[in-house]
Amino acid sequence: MQLAVNIAVLGSIYALISCGYVLIYRVSRVLSLAHGELMMLGAYGLYATASLFSAHPLVALAAACALGLMVGVAVYFALMWRMTGESVLAAVLATIALGILLRGAMILVFGTQTRHPLDELGWENASHELWGGARISTVGLALLACTALVYLGLFAFLRATRWGIRMRAAGQHALLAAQRGIGLHGVYALAWGLATLTGGLAGMLLAADAGLEGTLYIVGLKAFPAALVGGLDSLLGALAGSLIIAGAEVLLIHYVDPLLADVVPFIVLLAMLIVRPWGLFGTREELDRV
Amino acid sequence: MSQPRSSGYWHTRYAQDTALVETRTQKFWLAALALALGTYPFLANALWLDLANQVLLASIGAVALMLLTGYAGQISLGHAGLLAAGAFTAGILFQELAAPMWVTLPAAAAVGAALGLVFGLPSLRLRGLYLAVSTLALHFIVIHIGAEYETKRGYSTGIVMDSPVQDARAWYFVLLAASAATVLFSLNLLRSRTGRAWRAIHGRETVAEALGIHVARAKLTAFVVSSMLAAVSGALFAYFRGFVSVEAFSLYLTIQYVAMVIIGGMGSVLGALLGTVFVVLFPYLIDAAMRALGVADRLASLVFAINYAGFGLVMLLFLVFEPQGLVGLWRRAQNWALLWPFKQRPVQR
Repeated sequence: MQLAVNIAVLGSIYALISCGYVLIYRVSRVLSLAHGELMMLGAYGLYATASLFSAHPLVALAAACALGLMVGVAVYFALMWRMTGESVLAAVLATIALGILLRGAMILVFGTQTRHPLDELGWENASHELWGGARISTVGLALLACTALVYLGLFAFLRATRWGIRMRAAGQHALLAAQRGIGLHGVYALAWGLATLTGGLAGMLLAADAGLEGTLYIVGLKAFPAALVGGLDSLLGALAGSLIIAGAEVLLIHYVDPLLADVVPFIVLLAMLIVRPWGLFGTREELDRV
Repeated sequence: MSQPRSSGYWHTRYAQDTALVETRTQKFWLAALALALGTYPFLANALWLDLANQVLLASIGAVALMLLTGYAGQISLGHAGLLAAGAFTAGILFQELAAPMWVTLPAAAAVGAALGLVFGLPSLRLRGLYLAVSTLALHFIVIHIGAEYETKRGYSTGIVMDSPVQDARAWYFVLLAASAATVLFSLNLLRSRTGRAWRAIHGRETVAEALGIHVARAKLTAFVVSSMLAAVSGALFAYFRGFVSVEAFSLYLTIQYVAMVIIGGMGSVLGALLGTVFVVLFPYLIDAAMRALGVADRLASLVFAINYAGFGLVMLLFLVFEPQGLVGLWRRAQNWALLWPFKQRPVQR
């Protein structure tokens, strides 16, 4: 039972992070390897706003979310729009370089010691007893709720709202979408903003659970196999992939060897790439052999 | 490419066509370069000698990556894994069997070639982004195997090795020879059938296949050759440091090598060399700049963060403003000097 809870919590962490990869890839065909760092930036954003509005935790949270959205949009307009039309390698490398830059800048600004944004907000991370003797922390519950909300929200957004439909159109065929009068830059910027927002949420929750350190970005790197296993352009796939990766990781750590933790997601990813490169739910694109 | 070196196309013998060095001016500058490289270790102090050694060592790996990414167009994010494989092969053979260097280096090359085959297999099905991701996954797996060996055998901090070459000056000549051999080998390979096939694949796979190039074989060859060189470079690194540990082969090392290729300029061996010099010297440049500004002591604890941030920034600037890299700058300067007082090249023959 405890294992199932662990899988659910880890899976929802991965799902919350990997939906950022999916959003950006689906809309603009760029894999953002800076997502881990952007996630960490979101967490530091919460830390900063928490010390600013320490009396009103909810205001701090809202401010941190708004900050995340703005950072994402800023990243697009400062950097990524210049990369449209460049090769795949150039775009990926640009995100990698951005990640390194952010990593260094965050250490410069916030230092290297572990921070606890939850203490700043004056909230506690209690442990709750579930039926069957399993335990889950408040943050774990918040994670599950948050992931469910984010995914439901994204589904509704992409299906029903004007901007969501524009985003899907841009992802399907950028040229045609542009010719129908959709402003691609706005759509791409929105995708980056939403991805950074959701990633930032994941970062905040992770930081609330385990403290905020300069090594948080590694979780982001471990989450991207989840997005790939599910299929890089499918939100449903990201959810399924996250559960698969989390399940494999938790079970293997529990029954085989804790050292495997860092490598399991990548083994699953490799197996998936060999069998079905486009992922479980992804659309089969131009990856077939000549 | 074809820079106007000689004043025209005057070749009358095949030997002239295949020569690497065309004109007397080129021969002169090449000799001057050889002389400068030969006398360098006797003039430089310990720091500069060490820097030169680092550059020479890294240049082997950078040229290897350039063959794969810059010429054959196969994106790899697993370079650190290959370097680690070479280093660990050397380290394990030394530790378990006390094998001498002339055994460990070929063994590292063999392991590298075998791993290259493994790294290359996904490239038969995957392209671009997905290939990069699969090599990244393989990187983590290789590193995991190395870490597993370290913990299982009780070398949790790393494997200590002693090298037959001790003196920094001796190392300089060993590394210079290795680097020069790599560059010569690559230049000649790139002019051969294999190199032309790689460039054709880079251009467009379908067309390459239509031209009668065995795409799968050419891709695998690219991976095998590149990984072999990378593994040898890793083994040399192990001997040079006298120490092997998985911590040295993080993803950041891959990024550094990719940065060498990018900053140097895609599709040019000279670019790989220039990029190596730039990337290896970059932390020292930052350090020197901080010293010159007089803030070195105050920021001593943050040096690595400044390095990270500066490195990311420089890489971004190159990607955005000078995608041709240092070699692009160099070619532009060369063209300017060669064509002056004119601005445009004459119509190509």
